[in-house]
Amino acid sequence: MLELRGITKAYPGVQALDNVSLTFNRGEVHAIAGENGAGKSTLIKVLSGAIRPDAGSVALDGKELGHINPHDAIRLGISTIYQEFNLVPFLSVAENIFFGLEPRRFGLLDKKRMHRMASRLCEEMGVDLDTHARVKDLGVAYQQIVEILKAVSRDARILIMDEPTAPLTTREIDVLFGIVERVRRKAVTIIYISHRLEEIFRICDRVSVLRDGRRVMTTETKATNQQELVSFMVGRKLDDVYPARDSRPGAELLRIQDLRNGKLRGVSFALREREILGIGGLVGAGRTELARAVFGADAFVCGLMCLAGKELRIRKPRDAIRWGIGLLPEDRKQHGLLLSMSVKQNISFPILKALSLCGLLRRQREHRLCLDLSRRLNVKTPSLDQRAKNLSGGNQQKVVLAKWLGTHSGILIFDEPTRGIDVGAKQEIYNLLNQFVAEGKSIIMISSEMPELMGMSDRILVMRNGVVAGTLEKGDFSQEKILMLASGIEARSGDS
Amino acid sequence: MDTLKVADAPEDSGEAAGTRQAGLARRVLGTYGIILVLVALSLLFGLLSPVFFSTENILNILRQVAVVGIVAVGMTFVILTGGIDLSVGSIIGVASVFMAKAMLAGMPAAAAVVMTLAMSALFGLVNGLIVNELFIPPLVATLGTMTALRGVAFIISGGLPVFGFSNSLSFLGQGYVWIIPVPVVIMAMTFAIGFLLLDATRFGRYVYGVGGNEEATRLSGIGVKSIKALVYTISGFLSGLAGIVLLSRIDSGQPKAGQGYEMDVITAVVIGGVSISGGEGNIVLVVAGVLIMGVLSNGMILLDINEYVQWVVKGVVLVGAVGFDRVSQQRKLRT
Repeated sequence: MLELRGITKAYPGVQALDNVSLTFNRGEVHAIAGENGAGKSTLIKVLSGAIRPDAGSVALDGKELGHINPHDAIRLGISTIYQEFNLVPFLSVAENIFFGLEPRRFGLLDKKRMHRMASRLCEEMGVDLDTHARVKDLGVAYQQIVEILKAVSRDARILIMDEPTAPLTTREIDVLFGIVERVRRKAVTIIYISHRLEEIFRICDRVSVLRDGRRVMTTETKATNQQELVSFMVGRKLDDVYPARDSRPGAELLRIQDLRNGKLRGVSFALREREILGIGGLVGAGRTELARAVFGADAFVCGLMCLAGKELRIRKPRDAIRWGIGLLPEDRKQHGLLLSMSVKQNISFPILKALSLCGLLRRQREHRLCLDLSRRLNVKTPSLDQRAKNLSGGNQQKVVLAKWLGTHSGILIFDEPTRGIDVGAKQEIYNLLNQFVAEGKSIIMISSEMPELMGMSDRILVMRNGVVAGTLEKGDFSQEKILMLASGIEARSGDS
Repeated sequence: MDTLKVADAPEDSGEAAGTRQAGLARRVLGTYGIILVLVALSLLFGLLSPVFFSTENILNILRQVAVVGIVAVGMTFVILTGGIDLSVGSIIGVASVFMAKAMLAGMPAAAAVVMTLAMSALFGLVNGLIVNELFIPPLVATLGTMTALRGVAFIISGGLPVFGFSNSLSFLGQGYVWIIPVPVVIMAMTFAIGFLLLDATRFGRYVYGVGGNEEATRLSGIGVKSIKALVYTISGFLSGLAGIVLLSRIDSGQPKAGQGYEMDVITAVVIGGVSISGGEGNIVLVVAGVLIMGVLSNGMILLDINEYVQWVVKGVVLVGAVGFDRVSQQRKLRT
C-alpha cells in the first residue's frame, strides 16, 4: 500500500539514499535495519515529509504523493514517532491526544467529550492511563504511548517508530509491544526502526536492510536470523582509502578506571602513547558521554583518571585542558566554535591568557600564532578575520583542531571527526590525525563510520549501554565483530 | 589553495566587484546605519528648530543623556553575555539616597563616593550570583532585585527626598571642564574604558564568547560563571556612579531616582545594535544609540511635541531597531 520508488537523496559527501524501492503492506510490522549512517533516518525523513528526495517518489495506494510536507504526511495518515516526542508537557493526556483537533461545542472546548473519547481510545488499545494526568508527570514509556494514541486517533494508516525502545525498560517494552500489536490489528502499517535485532524478530513480520543508502535485502523475519541480518548490514565496502601509518604505540599514557555517571556504568580503559584508540558503538551507547566526562564537560560521580601514572582531578574543562587534553566535539557548531567570531579569535580563545599581558591582548603575537597554526593545518579561509560560520565543515573542524594545537594538547579526543565533512577534506583530516600520532600525540576517536573506525584505529573499544562491551586489537578488526559487540549478540561460530 | 591567503581572495573577477560593492553597501548600512539615523534625525530637528544646533543645546543634550550613557556601558556588557539587568534604575535610587544620607551624617564626600560605589558593585555581584547559582534567568533575577532595591531606597530615605547636606562633590553633576559638563566627561571616560575592555582585553573576548556560545566557551576552559558575575558587577558599579552624578546634579537624594531608567538604557543599547541574544554588538554604536534617545527627546521638546506622543515615538523606535536587527540576522542566516 505504501510504496517507495527509486528514492535517492545525497548530502554533501554522502549518498544517504541510493535508488531505494520498497513496498510496505497493509497491517504489517516492517523493520528497517542497518548500521549507523546506512540511511535509516533519511528514509524516515522522506516518508514523513521532512525532507524532499533528489529523485524518486512515494506512492500511497498506488497514487503518487508528489512533494509533501510534514503536515501533508499527517493528513495522509502517515504518523511518525521520533525519539524526541512532540508533546506539550503541561497539557493533559487527552489534550495532547486531540491537540489541534479538539472536540468543540458552541466554539468552546468540549472537555467532557474529549476525555470520554480519550478513555475509550485507551481502553481499545489496552492502556491503563489517566486521561487527566499531565504529560510531564508521565514516564518516558507512557509519553510514547500518548504519541501512539495521538497517531491512532488521527486515523494513522502508517505509523513510523524510530528506535522506540531505546529509552525503555524491559517491562515497558512488553507494554509497548502489546500496544503495537493492537495497532497492527487495526490494519495500520508499522515501520519499525531499531538497532536491537532481537526485537525485530519478536514483533516484525518482515525486515529490510539498508546499507550505504541502498536496500540490500527484504525478507520475512521467519526466513532469516540475527547472524544473517548482521552479515547483510556490514557487507560495506571499504572504498575510502586510509593513509598508511607506521603504528607503534608506546607505553600506557592515560588510564580511565570505572567512570560512572548518569549514562556511564563503569567504563575502564587505557590509552597508550602514539595510539589512535577508536571507540565504536551504536548511537546512545554512551560514547559522547564518555568523551565529555574525560574532558570534564560533564561531571562523573565516581571513577579515576591517571595520566602517566599520576592521578588527575578533572572537574571542569579547564582542568582537562591544563593536562593537555583537547575535545573536538561532534556538534562543532554548538560546542566547538564561536560562529560569529573570527577564525583568529576562535583559535586563540583558550590561550588568551598566554597571549596577554596584564589582561591586555598582544595582538601581534596572537596574529602570528594563529597564522602559524592555521598554515600548519592548511585552513582555507580568505583571511584570519573571516567569521567561523562562513567556513566549510572541514575547515571549521581544522579551526577547532588549531585551538587544541595552540594549547599543546597531547591527547586529542575526536567525537565523529569527519561528520558533515566532504570526502576531500576527510582525507586531509585523516592525514592530520596520522601526523599528530607521528609527532607523539595520542588520539581517542569516536566514530560511527565503520570504515573510518577500522581504517584509522590501532585498537577499537566497543561500547554498549554505558559499558565497554569489548576491545579489538588491530589484527582482529571486522565489521561483524564490532557490530556483534555493539548490539550484544554473541558470536557463535558454526551455528546458523 | 595550498596556503592560507590573508589578502582578499584573488579569484574575484571584475564581474563580482559590482555585487561585492552592493554587499559592502549593505554591510556598511547594516553596521553603521544607526549613525546615519542619528545624523538624519539631527538634521531634521535642525531644520525644524533653529536652536537645535546651538552649542548650548548640543551640550544640553549631552548632559541629559550622561546618566543613561554611563549605565548603558554596563548594560552593554551584560547584554553581550546574553543577559539583561533590570535593576540598574533601582541601584541608581539606592545609591542616590544612600550617598545623601551618608553625607548628611557628616561622612566626607570622598568616603561616601567610595562606599556608594562599593555597595552598588556588590548589588551587581548579587545579581550575578543569583543568575549563576540559582539558575534564575537574568530577566527574572534582576526583576526581583529591581523591586527589592527600590524598596530599599524608600526605606533608607523614609520615602522622602534627602537634602540639606553640603556636597563638596557637586561639581560631579554641575561642574564643567572647559565648556563640557562634567557628567559628559564622566560618560565619555566610561565609554572609553568600556571600549578598551571589550576590544583590547582577554575579558572582553570572553564576554563576547559567553554571549555567542556559552557551551563552547566553557569547553574552551573559560570560567563562564566568573565572567557573568563580573559583567553584572560592572553594571551595578556604573549604576552607582550614575546615581552619584544624578545626586550631584540636583543636590538631593531621591528615592525615586532612576525609576524607569532601565528601559531607556536597554532601549539605547539595543538601538546601538547590540543583539539582545548576546554575542554581537559594538559599544561604539551604543554611543549612537544613547545619542538618538537624547536627540529624540530634546528635539521633540523643542518642537513642543506632547510628552505622551514622545513615549509613543520612543517605543516605536525601540521595536523598529530590534526588528531591523532580527530581520537582518534572519536574512544573514538564509544566505
